[in-house]
Amino acid sequence: MKSSYKVQLAILVIAVISALLVGAILLLIVRANPFTAYRAMLLGPFSSLYGLTETAAKATPLMLVGLGIVIAFRSGILNIGGEGQMIIGALAGTVVAITLQNWSPFLLFPLTMLAGFLGGALYGAIPGALRAYFKVNEILSTIMLNAIAQQVLVFLLRGPLIDPTEIAYGTGFPQTQQLARGIWLGKLIPQTRLHWGFIIAIVLAILVYIFLWRTVVGYRLRAVGAGPKAARYAGIPVEGGLILAMALSGGFAGLAGIVEVLGIHHRLLDGVSAGYGFTGIVAALFGRLHPIGLIPASFLFGALVLGADMMQRAVAIPAAIVLTIQGIMVLFVVGSDIFIRRPEWVEKVTAPLRRKTPQPALPVAVSPGGTPDQGEPPRD
Amino acid sequence: MIDQLLQMSVIVGIITTGVRLATPFLLAALGEMFDQRAGVYNLGVEGIMMMGAFVGFWVALRSGSPWWGILAAIAVGIFMGLLMGFISITLQAEQGISGIGLYMFGVGLAGYLFRITVGYITGIEGFQPISIPYLSDIPILGQILFNHNWMVYFAFLMVPVSWFVLFKTTWGLKIRSAGMTPEAADTLGLSVVAIRYTCLVIGSIAAALAGAFLTLGHTNMYADNISAGRGFIAVALVYFGRWSPWGILGGALFFSLVDALQLWVQVLGLQIPYEFAVMAPYVLTILALTVAARQIWGPAALGKPFNREGD
Repeated sequence: MKSSYKVQLAILVIAVISALLVGAILLLIVRANPFTAYRAMLLGPFSSLYGLTETAAKATPLMLVGLGIVIAFRSGILNIGGEGQMIIGALAGTVVAITLQNWSPFLLFPLTMLAGFLGGALYGAIPGALRAYFKVNEILSTIMLNAIAQQVLVFLLRGPLIDPTEIAYGTGFPQTQQLARGIWLGKLIPQTRLHWGFIIAIVLAILVYIFLWRTVVGYRLRAVGAGPKAARYAGIPVEGGLILAMALSGGFAGLAGIVEVLGIHHRLLDGVSAGYGFTGIVAALFGRLHPIGLIPASFLFGALVLGADMMQRAVAIPAAIVLTIQGIMVLFVVGSDIFIRRPEWVEKVTAPLRRKTPQPALPVAVSPGGTPDQGEPPRD
Repeated sequence: MIDQLLQMSVIVGIITTGVRLATPFLLAALGEMFDQRAGVYNLGVEGIMMMGAFVGFWVALRSGSPWWGILAAIAVGIFMGLLMGFISITLQAEQGISGIGLYMFGVGLAGYLFRITVGYITGIEGFQPISIPYLSDIPILGQILFNHNWMVYFAFLMVPVSWFVLFKTTWGLKIRSAGMTPEAADTLGLSVVAIRYTCLVIGSIAAALAGAFLTLGHTNMYADNISAGRGFIAVALVYFGRWSPWGILGGALFFSLVDALQLWVQVLGLQIPYEFAVMAPYVLTILALTVAARQIWGPAALGKPFNREGD
């Protein structure tokens, strides 16, 4: 194992432990027993078929959104608009599915998925183009576009797209009619919510890896991300790269949206994005912005989201604790990046620990901080 | 005749609300201007505002005095500023994502603490309007400008004060040099790190006060998502105002008028779907950012972590 991988793994482990410790403090404030709470949270997702399949079902949209985040971040543009792109993707796909509901499922299913992808891609391309041609900060524009998409969704669900039966019964719940059964994503395991979208997400993760590291276009995108000036010098169109990256990024988020509709809800409803747009960012960062690393990271955060649900039921803890914990994890992961960029920082931090060890030349010494300290030769 | 009177009163009402609602934009954006002038951009403003809004509200509720709420909000601002400083200055992290992390942390924590401490909508004693003697008697103008609570006056007062500090004092020059040419500032013996930390803490206090205004000086209650993206709009206003207090004043007034207009549209029940009214400020922010784009005025070292090795 290369030492940089060891440092990366150590950072992630420390980040999780620290976030859980802060979480424990938050639990103690409400006089909840952190052990009971964490047992519900950590064991819940893995101790039953229900837990396992729900974790995988929640990991599915995280993986899809996260793939988009990976593409964007690797291309040097920070896409915070996953929520909005998911909504627009789900919206575009649903509109196609309802309008063409009499078509054969064999035709309608791919069309619906394509519409979901294109909807998200278009919505992602807007901030991409604004950044490329007008230097508009993409973080701000995507945050604004999230809020706009949410309002568009609510407007359409209350008005033009509302389920006719909701009006007939006078309930007026903001959701569309159920989509044709033929285009639902089938279940992988009967009686659970795990569906084929999970397999699609894993296959796409592998394809994104191949795209980014084994194709010319992918190489160019990463070159733009690594250094726009150098990329321009080498004749790579930077503007086009940024727009393409954001379109692909939004497209994956849009796919996440329509997959949630076709696999879980079978209709479009308010809250379809459910915070996956933000959690996807955290998962992507945890996966070290690598499509394959994203797969286990999505499971981790799928389990966290589900575990928090279970914890909420077990000890009545507000779900907002998840966002808090995720925020801490983000701060930890970006904050500790310096230990990877500058290996001498690792020495700096572990030096006092090392001095306490009576024999510094010990081959293996595990430091109390959890940093695997393998007694590396000191660097100059 | 009556129709006209009504219209006049509505217009005055919109402008008065607009002036009052400029307060959170002004405070948060002026604070962010200090961050950015020193070379750090803090995207966690929204999270800091939510924390300031909640803690200010809760302390005011418990103590019965909004002034304790203000003090608590300042403490929150200092804490969040130091946290952001540690991540983005000491650890030299990518500032965009750090800000998003701070945002998630702040919004999540405020929501969590609200649920476990109060959990329901309840009113508090907020700050009362202070009529400025004589000036508030001026017809219309007096109502619009001189009949607000102290936080409103304070925010507007901060515009010339920040201008003076930034452009007429040595310390202001040091701040600008830390954001323009940190290497040169370092060579001259200034501590870029100290300047940036100070500015982040000041900006963060301002953001927390902006949040506290929403609960203590505007609605007199706390609700989830009470900031509604104002923190992000404030960051956009800094670009739009080209890092100048006067530019920020113009932008803040423009946005608060739109904000007031959309509130009144909802109140009056005009034939515009509610969702489009809510959407308006966000659409405008994107337009404003596009208009303000291609700027050359920005601090040259904005967003670049400083370290003496020079990379």
